[in-house]
Amino acid sequence: MSFHPSMDYASGRFQKSARTLPEAGEPFAYSPENQARFDANAARYPAGQRKSAILYALYLAQGQQGYLTRAAMAHVATQIGCTPAEVEDVVSYYTMFFTRPVGRYVLYVCRTLSCALLGAERVTEELCGALKIRPGETDSSRTFTLLEVECLGACDRAPVVMVNDGWQERLAPEQVGSFLEGLRTRGDASLSGCHLCKEKASGPGPQASGGPGTKLRPGA
Amino acid sequence: MAYEPVLTAHVDEPHSYTLDFYLEHQRGYEALRKALTLQPSDIIEQVKASGLRGRGGAGFPTGLKWQFVLKDTPKPKYLCCNADESEPGTFKDHVLMERNPHLLIEGCAIACHAIGAKVAYIYIRGEFYHVQQLLEAEIERAYQAGYLGTNILGTGFDCDVYVHRGAGAYEAGEETALIESLEGKRAQPRIKPPFPAVAGLYQCPTAVNNVETLCNVPLIVLNGPEWFAALGPEKNGGPKLFCISGHVRKPGVYEASMETTLRQLIFDHAGGMIDDRPLKAVIPGGSSVPLLLPDQLDTPASFDAIQKAGSLLGSAGIIVMNDTVCMVWLAMNLLHFYRHESCGKCTPCREGTDWLFKLLRRLEAGEGRPKDLDLLFGVSTNIGGKTLCAFGDAAATPVLSTMKLFRAEYEAHVREGRCTLPAGWRARQPVAAGAH
Repeated sequence: MSFHPSMDYASGRFQKSARTLPEAGEPFAYSPENQARFDANAARYPAGQRKSAILYALYLAQGQQGYLTRAAMAHVATQIGCTPAEVEDVVSYYTMFFTRPVGRYVLYVCRTLSCALLGAERVTEELCGALKIRPGETDSSRTFTLLEVECLGACDRAPVVMVNDGWQERLAPEQVGSFLEGLRTRGDASLSGCHLCKEKASGPGPQASGGPGTKLRPGA
Repeated sequence: MAYEPVLTAHVDEPHSYTLDFYLEHQRGYEALRKALTLQPSDIIEQVKASGLRGRGGAGFPTGLKWQFVLKDTPKPKYLCCNADESEPGTFKDHVLMERNPHLLIEGCAIACHAIGAKVAYIYIRGEFYHVQQLLEAEIERAYQAGYLGTNILGTGFDCDVYVHRGAGAYEAGEETALIESLEGKRAQPRIKPPFPAVAGLYQCPTAVNNVETLCNVPLIVLNGPEWFAALGPEKNGGPKLFCISGHVRKPGVYEASMETTLRQLIFDHAGGMIDDRPLKAVIPGGSSVPLLLPDQLDTPASFDAIQKAGSLLGSAGIIVMNDTVCMVWLAMNLLHFYRHESCGKCTPCREGTDWLFKLLRRLEAGEGRPKDLDLLFGVSTNIGGKTLCAFGDAAATPVLSTMKLFRAEYEAHVREGRCTLPAGWRARQPVAAGAH
């Protein structure tokens, strides 16, 4: 039995590697606030283990600039005390870091089983149609980047879409138009948020401690 | 007697996440006070006697895991709480962290005392940003109230709890990969042995425990191991959170004892099937475990009973599917997941998941050939047992399980050259879902 079914390699369709050098970018350094945040975070780890703070350091850089450039990674490497190659090794592994500019709202549509059973594939199709893009792309107004992601851990509220750091639960395919319109006009406030938070109607909810989010919202 | 929830009794009440609420309604931090009067070895004995088994997926006895943590060493010890929660169909730790965070914080402090650690890291998945913010704010309140920090409750015990945010990697839920990620590297598993209990975080003795596991610890210390063990069948004691999703009327997290059958969970707790359609198959423990069929629904949802029925309780992520679900599509959906999440370290898994997905996509598109079924079987049986971690076995499971139980559907796809069970909730262009 042959292990290799005949695959259409020549077309490039099955070539997986997308290795490209990240953009060099403008000179980068943390803002004083971010430098203070990084120093506080790095102190959580034992002496000599600063590399543990690398994910936090990258979130900070991404929050400051919107995405990660070679200059940003080099700055993180200096902060951590490792090589830029080690930083890129980490950046290229984790899905929540961007090496290209993204739209103001990054839409992470969960595509795994529980969400798919309740229409996630249709949600993606509707989003593609409405924004005239494919998953992985940013629309022409640079407002939305559409990503298909794997299980977000909120399967009881399927289909779920993460929008930057916020959540939209139970997004039916036929609601996609009003969902996009809501984001355009009212921003994050239009999202359903996490249903587990019961405090919305009855006073102030949990207070954010101001750590770095996934990405900067340029208007915020 | 009706089961009274203990882990999630108050999660629906406003402000249940606050320290004041925890102190007032859940005997907050009494267990820590009591634990600090006990010898670490006594706590480990109690946890062993309770029969608490790890809630992350493997069901390994927690007390034993703690006992293995090397004591006789000058190196510091660490506790890592696994809050990566990324097994498809699993969302229980999410509820505990968001609605009952102090139970977890107290569990971390007691576990640190038991294994001789002074620092606990809660590794939370990057997508749970709002949960992380809340958890960090509540940890800060616990510090202010003297339940964390130095000289806790005047006993001389020091303990720090930090939240460490991941950045999107399923594999970070594997304990050695979690440690690698915590050390600032790619989340890829290590060769075992040595196990983390001997050489874990920073090569120091480390215990890695799931959120739900640690949340049970204060209950055991407070109410005793006998109380805990009596809450369920033998060797499957204690409260258990079940995550029910898919084609049910009321998906959600339900707390029950492990005596409860799958039928009770699906039809009583989760309200039964949407539109009363027939149930076709159930995944009882997250996407990595074999399917069960309707005639197996009277199986109690315990580690041992589900295993006897031919599957695993895993992370108790119960995914329910009705008769509109094509089993080839299901395998393709899950293999898209495993292909994407394979960390790439071991060749059989990295290459195997890619081949499996491509074969399934071809079958689902109606372009499959009769020999593809043998090829699918051949590739899937050559991944398991040949990789550093259990991911390889898990990735092959959806293919092997659906081929075993629903082979006729695979054959029909080949024979008719199309998906024989399309559904309205699926994409209009079936192949597009996996095209990128």
